[in-house]
Amino acid sequence: MTLTPGPLSGATSDGRGPAPVIAARRLVKTYGMGDAVVHALAGVDLTVEVGDYVAIMGSSGSGKSTLMNILGCLDVPTTGRYLLDGIDVGGLDERQLSLVRNRKIGFIFQSFNLVPRTTAVAQVELPLAYAGVKAAERRRRAMAALTMVGLADRAEHKPNELSGGQQQRVAVARALVTSPAMLLADEPTGNLDSHSTKEVLGIVDRLNASGRTVVLITHEDEVAHHAKRVIRLVDGLIVSDVRQAPVAGPPPALEAAAAGPAHGELTQGGVR
Amino acid sequence: MNPFETLRFAALGLAANKVRSGLTMLGILIGVAAVILLLAVGNGSSQAVKDSIDALGTNALTVSSGAGFGAQSTATSTKPLTVADARALADPSQAPDIKGVAPEVQTSQTALYQGTSHTVSSVIGTYPAYFEASNSKVTLGDYFSADDVLASRKVAVIGSTTAADLFGTASPIGKKIVLGGTPLTVVGELATKGSGTGFNDPDDVVIAPLPTVQNAYTGFGSLSQILVEATSADTTTQAQNEITTVLMGTHGITDPTAVDFRVGSQTTLLSTRSSTTQTFTVLLGAVAAISLLVGGIGITNIMLVTVTERTREIGIRKAIGAPKGVILSQFLAESTLLSLAGAGLGVVTALVGAHFTIAGIKPVVIPASVWGAFGIAVAIGLFFGSYPASRAASLRPIEALRHE
Repeated sequence: MTLTPGPLSGATSDGRGPAPVIAARRLVKTYGMGDAVVHALAGVDLTVEVGDYVAIMGSSGSGKSTLMNILGCLDVPTTGRYLLDGIDVGGLDERQLSLVRNRKIGFIFQSFNLVPRTTAVAQVELPLAYAGVKAAERRRRAMAALTMVGLADRAEHKPNELSGGQQQRVAVARALVTSPAMLLADEPTGNLDSHSTKEVLGIVDRLNASGRTVVLITHEDEVAHHAKRVIRLVDGLIVSDVRQAPVAGPPPALEAAAAGPAHGELTQGGVR
Repeated sequence: MNPFETLRFAALGLAANKVRSGLTMLGILIGVAAVILLLAVGNGSSQAVKDSIDALGTNALTVSSGAGFGAQSTATSTKPLTVADARALADPSQAPDIKGVAPEVQTSQTALYQGTSHTVSSVIGTYPAYFEASNSKVTLGDYFSADDVLASRKVAVIGSTTAADLFGTASPIGKKIVLGGTPLTVVGELATKGSGTGFNDPDDVVIAPLPTVQNAYTGFGSLSQILVEATSADTTTQAQNEITTVLMGTHGITDPTAVDFRVGSQTTLLSTRSSTTQTFTVLLGAVAAISLLVGGIGITNIMLVTVTERTREIGIRKAIGAPKGVILSQFLAESTLLSLAGAGLGVVTALVGAHFTIAGIKPVVIPASVWGAFGIAVAIGLFFGSYPASRAASLRPIEALRHE
């Protein structure tokens, strides 16, 4: 099956460059009925361009997890329209949605969400297996992704034999192995110590520098500083949208590192 | 996802919880082994009955004196069976379906040979037709002939038990034994018939010409019975009717409800027995089938537990793009693999178990039961696994991911 772009996916037809990765219009999500109705999202408009690095911030209950679930095609909005990489997700059935998740989105979760009792390399191969990639090719790409996150030597380790930071790096490798349109990270550093946080964010920064679109959900300012654009949600509505760096340039943290070469930690570069 | 991948994932899933998988497999193993083995035991016992029918001669009918157990006969007096009756039965014009007739007298005597004494449980005096009718074959020497009967020669054919007791391993042919004071020359030894259906050892026997036995032991009175051989197994019923007609004539009886003899066939007796064993087999099979079903329910139970336990994992797999069909086939493959392995081991267990004698019966495995039980077990895995598998597949990823 192939996913054909929907009618609104005006790739370059209007001459303004490629279609945005995310184009969401008036997303509303309500839970409950009648008097007990809760608006988790009260009408969110969001456009994310290719290559952008967006941090979505908000306190708990602000609706950021709901937004993340909808953006990740794990949930559907009550009303509103959502185009992911030019595809109108609203009209897709379950089978097509799973395909969209497989091809377009790389998930990174707070609690890592690795498949238990499965080696790192098998974890990373999993999305490729679901995409129908041949075994040899799969292994090659999985190993490349693991090398990128610096875990090539841990390929045969199972989740319970890896530290939290290593597990999250395996999750990052799994998220990027299919070359998705965007990486969707939900509090990726929420369960990590400061050292591991730095490692994981460094990897995400480099991925963005190489052109990968990143949407990151967090409530920590430290993490948000890495993004080119920070969006704040309160009660299901966007209250501020601040750009910290241009879409085209490198992410701010990398730029700072380049300007002041005090940190030598991000020299591995080359991600493609 | 090709089938091989699915199987590999399923095998990994099962290996993750070895004890649980093993116990579930054990349920199916016991079910399959029980079906095959119990049917084999049932089949073995009916085979044994069939063999003993063959050993006794399928065409054989016995005519004995008396009104029978049934008390259906209202005969007031009983005429004994005589050699004349036997001769009348041997007349092909009156009884075309009768092939051979052997009048029989029976007694029990003690045999002596060079100081060895042995009590022969049945000493039979008869005609050579007896051997064919009763399916008795000699392995050593020869049968006695019609000539021996006419000349009432003192010759005998002995059974294998008798031969072993008197002569050990030595050949009895040509040796003289003293049976109840009368010397008899052994001319033949019968092949072993094996333990028959009755209490008597059919191999502990001495068969001699009718006049010889009458002369030496029983006197020339009535016969014990007349052994009649029908022309084929299919004509035994006609032969039975002909016997009744002929003997009513010789005994001067007109009322068919008042006959003073009875005609029994080994086959009717034994077919009752074989139908009993058939019921027995069906019963055993039913019990085994129930245990197979219980094994199947065990699979459902374990797979449901597995699905609940792995809800989060299913959520992860769905989040990274596993379609519904892949999850469904993974869990179906797991349950089928469980039942396949259980059934395979069950077949092996049953085939090994069938080499042992169970409750005095040598099990005879029915090939169809092996394939049947194996197939049913695998089908049970698919059937009982499909509910948990569809439950797993229809989990919504967002809820599955939230599951702790």
